[in-house]
Amino acid sequence: MALIETLNIGQKYGGQDVLKDVSLDIEAGEVFALIGPTGAGKTTLLRLLDLLETPAAGSIRFDGRDVTANKSLRLKARRRMAFVLQKPVVFNMSVYDNVACGLKWRKEKEPALRQRVNQALELSGMAQYAKRNARTLSGGETQRVAIARALAIAPEVLFLDEPTANLDPVSTAKIEEVLAHIIAEGKTTVVMATHNMSQGQRLAGRIGVMMNGRLLQMGSPGDIFSTPGNKEVAEFVGVDNILSGVIVNRDEELVTIDVNGALIQAISDYPIGAEVHALIRPEDVTLALHKDASSARNTFEGSIAKTFPIGALVRVEVACGFPLFAVVTKRSAEDLDLAVDKKIYATFKATAVHIIKRWN
Amino acid sequence: MTELWDGLVTALKLIISFDPEVMAIAGRSLAISATSSTLAALICLPLATVIHFNKFRGKRTLINIIQTMFSLPTVAVGLFVFVLFSSAGPIGGLDILFTPIVMVIGQVILISPIMLGLTISALSGVDKSIADTAVSLGASRFQMAAVTIREARFAVLAALIMGFGRAISEVGLSLMVGGNIQGFTRTITTAISLETSKGDLELALALGIILIVIALIINIVLNRIQQR
Repeated sequence: MALIETLNIGQKYGGQDVLKDVSLDIEAGEVFALIGPTGAGKTTLLRLLDLLETPAAGSIRFDGRDVTANKSLRLKARRRMAFVLQKPVVFNMSVYDNVACGLKWRKEKEPALRQRVNQALELSGMAQYAKRNARTLSGGETQRVAIARALAIAPEVLFLDEPTANLDPVSTAKIEEVLAHIIAEGKTTVVMATHNMSQGQRLAGRIGVMMNGRLLQMGSPGDIFSTPGNKEVAEFVGVDNILSGVIVNRDEELVTIDVNGALIQAISDYPIGAEVHALIRPEDVTLALHKDASSARNTFEGSIAKTFPIGALVRVEVACGFPLFAVVTKRSAEDLDLAVDKKIYATFKATAVHIIKRWN
Repeated sequence: MTELWDGLVTALKLIISFDPEVMAIAGRSLAISATSSTLAALICLPLATVIHFNKFRGKRTLINIIQTMFSLPTVAVGLFVFVLFSSAGPIGGLDILFTPIVMVIGQVILISPIMLGLTISALSGVDKSIADTAVSLGASRFQMAAVTIREARFAVLAALIMGFGRAISEVGLSLMVGGNIQGFTRTITTAISLETSKGDLELALALGIILIVIALIINIVLNRIQQR
């Protein structure tokens, strides 16, 4: 039995669906990340799971009991969880008193209270700020107080809503370090929302992709990353090449797809005539000045349409009958002397192409 | 002009010498208004949280009505309380008309809208995330309301002080239901009104100065609070 189970839950604000038909099981001890663009319904789902709101439809079970509507059960269940809001607010009191709040509300007595507050402050690296008024802290420090406040109550489930959004890289790293520590201890079930795909990959054991109020796909970070279930998920997880085509030939599991007249070979179960999207991650595309006889099935001659740097990498758009994006290191971009209109060969393996069915 | 000047000097002498009658009247005024403010606060704080934290039909209208009643005429409340407690009235049998008790009841009715309305807007001024945060950390409804009031403590205190200010400065109500009985229900405002019409300016001026000083102190305290 999962710790949290939701069945077809939905929520409406002002008559409009913000969440629809979400069925989700979260196991005790797992780290689950909800990813998706802003406005996808991640926060609403977290608020429902933390029992801050009651769903307009569906039911929620916590630890085997239905907590959808029963008020006293909801308070009891809520006291086993903690939620760090996206824009955390601190109470107008000292950092220590902020962190002590949850325990005081649970009627925790001294000296256990003091010990647990200090532990939480220590873990989040805020011990030296204990006496400061929490309102005088910076954004990153406020976020850490919020996390310490949640940790002090030793929740069985910790909900985090965009724990590092709007923070500088140094603060982000500190927060992720604290989270990694909690996760490593393995005592806490963590459910976090993030629009940062790589953060989800770093921290979570399982990822759910949300868009337009629906949970579109769930799976391991590797699965979501390499085999996105549809075009929207693919776009969100950074698949730059989404090519529309039709399967025109098949030889066992090797299929040929016609994309605007260009033929791409890939591995798929779909039959001839199926309308599909071919997804190719830009880092799986290699560029060369000469055609070489590699085992890669797909090589296209084209010219460079555009290049632009992204950090230590260079993103290259190749026009080869269809636009194809590749990512190469700065070093190889220099070696290849990439320039607009230069003739180039783009290559990717048949196994690097992920085929999904087109729905429209 | 000299008459006024002499009156002022005598008035100051009355205050400085702690004239027993002046002190008794001022003390009674403070006691009655403090009692009614405390009672009104005990009613309004919980009521304000109930109204603020619950969604119900007509909430906006209710708040509008409360705000309209900020300027409830003191004589209207006086008339209402008089009718209620007069011997022919529905609860006239209590026989408390023309006592400090009925003055307190009247003042509670008079100042509750101000305290209630201003406390509700004080609570509305608190970031909604404060309540969410408290609930998510395991606060019960009561604990959540308490922490929200604590966040709005300065604005809430200002609301309570505004109520006290209205109670101590009103005259119509106290005159109508208190009866201005010497040594029993005579307060600063009713005494000023009576002494002025009698032509006894010294006493009226002395009490007037005390009332203004009280108003000044209230204002200073309010200002200090609002600057935090």
